[in-house]
Amino acid sequence: MTSESVQTFGAPSPAGKLRDWAFVVLLAVLTSVGLVVLAALLIDTAIDGVPSLSFDFLTSFPSAFPARAGIESAVMGTLWLMLVVAIVIIPLGIATALYLEEYADRSKWWNRLIEVNIQNLAAVPSIVYGILGLAYIVRGPLDLGRTVLAGGLTLSLVVLPVVIITSREAIRAVPPSIKEGALALGATQWQAIWRQILPSSIPGIATGVILSLSRAIGETAPLILVGAATFVAFNPTGLDSAFTALPLQIFSWISQPNEDFQSLAAAAIVVLLVMLIMLNAVAIWLRNKYQRRW
Amino acid sequence: MQQGATPSAKEVLGVAQRHFGEKIIKALLFLAALVSILITVGIVFSLVGETLAFFQDDAVTVKAFLTGAEWSPLFSDPEFGIRPLVQGTLIISAIGLLVAVPLGLGTAVYLSEYARPRVRAVVKPTLELLAGIPTVVFGYFALTYFTPKILNGIFGLDVAVFNGLAGGIIVGIMIIPTVASIAEDAMASVPQSLREGAYGLGASKRQVATRVVFPAALSGIVASVVLGASRAVGETMIVLIAAGQVPTTSLDPRQPMETMTAFIGATGKGDVPTGSTGYKAIFAVGFTLFVMTLIINAIAIRLVRKYRQVYE
Repeated sequence: MTSESVQTFGAPSPAGKLRDWAFVVLLAVLTSVGLVVLAALLIDTAIDGVPSLSFDFLTSFPSAFPARAGIESAVMGTLWLMLVVAIVIIPLGIATALYLEEYADRSKWWNRLIEVNIQNLAAVPSIVYGILGLAYIVRGPLDLGRTVLAGGLTLSLVVLPVVIITSREAIRAVPPSIKEGALALGATQWQAIWRQILPSSIPGIATGVILSLSRAIGETAPLILVGAATFVAFNPTGLDSAFTALPLQIFSWISQPNEDFQSLAAAAIVVLLVMLIMLNAVAIWLRNKYQRRW
Repeated sequence: MQQGATPSAKEVLGVAQRHFGEKIIKALLFLAALVSILITVGIVFSLVGETLAFFQDDAVTVKAFLTGAEWSPLFSDPEFGIRPLVQGTLIISAIGLLVAVPLGLGTAVYLSEYARPRVRAVVKPTLELLAGIPTVVFGYFALTYFTPKILNGIFGLDVAVFNGLAGGIIVGIMIIPTVASIAEDAMASVPQSLREGAYGLGASKRQVATRVVFPAALSGIVASVVLGASRAVGETMIVLIAAGQVPTTSLDPRQPMETMTAFIGATGKGDVPTGSTGYKAIFAVGFTLFVMTLIINAIAIRLVRKYRQVYE
């Protein structure tokens, strides 16, 4: 057996060396394609969009005239949506994660069902959530209409599985000895969680929440279905207000045949990407500053 | 609590009084976890309800829906054969996988077996950025740069403004991080002893990577590809923007084609009146899409569990 295996791999030879070298080069090339496309995308969008960026662009409302159009209502809409998403997903995501990590008995079928179900929800296409939002949130049982609240709830459903999964990882990263110590000192299960586990896992959970928010910011497909209007020349005034959002405004401008609108789309993309980079920077900062090594 | 003269251990430790609150908290947390089940139930019920209503329409039969070759639900003389949409979805996903599988797996092998820690520390987060770019941005890139400047410009392919090829390739680029990170995970969990054993038998680094690590991580690698496929099938914005909205049974990816997701997006964009055939068609197509991705995801989840069981 051993001698056969040696023969399988063959003796080192110049031709083998060449093949080894070619293989590494191939892998490096394959790896760099993704990076090159990313660079092309960022550079091309910046070239198209930056010339149209101005203070007026940020503080004007959409308009039929490209020169006067801006994204104030879209940015405000996006901020309102983020507020709703954060309020919904933080308690719901953390509570679910705590249940699954600290309370759920895995030998019970319903707990395993909840777990598999969340894995599955994470992979459901976002547009399907849009259909759910259209049928049950905008119309149907909740009947909220095309409002900020309806849009925010729909986006919350899209990113909830991500928050749950990342929060579970953060909670799991706290060593069991911490909790066991608390329990040994007479703490109840919940006291151990509330005073020991949660404070220790907050940085990880916060990172997950921020990454989910940054996913929600860019989601377009569900909002199309929830029927946010694209021509909204006013800022949302409350949860029951009509709204547009940044990615929707971008999509609506891309769909215009007029070239001037294309560069407005690029400018709006630059703003969207800057918002995303800022969110991610906060997440990375949080992780580096508060991450504990046990 | 018992009425005995000697206090029980529970009473001494003061646990008993707090027990009730603990139960309420556990119940509340359980309710939160149940919301995720409720979401799935909501998805299934909303899709199935309107889909059934769709098939009660006189113009629609299940047979025509599954086998018909023309999709024109909004015409005055509508046809409801879903084949063009399914075909568009499959062609674009296949193109996406043709791009993402070699690039994603190549990246995974490179990062797991070859890259020095320093290179890895730069390349990995940068690739994750690719996963964080909103798909509407990829759509813009495909439509305004990739189609005119790369496909028509550099390759001279003579593609239409909206075409399946650009949509498929950019979808493939989008799913590289999905494929690469899961496949790399699987390769990293192959025990070091297997590699060392192969080195001991005289294998070169390339032979270790291709003949030992790759086969040992195969179930995870397949899972990464399956999950990538699921994301490609469900992707909406890139195909809606770049691939066009023309349902067709033509196999030519240089021409416009419409996917299931693009149909849902394009139809849902307008104010579709509740109860109209167009409204119901959204749900019928959505249900088909949901079932397809559900099957793909179930396979992927099973595969991931398998490779985790083998080495962890």
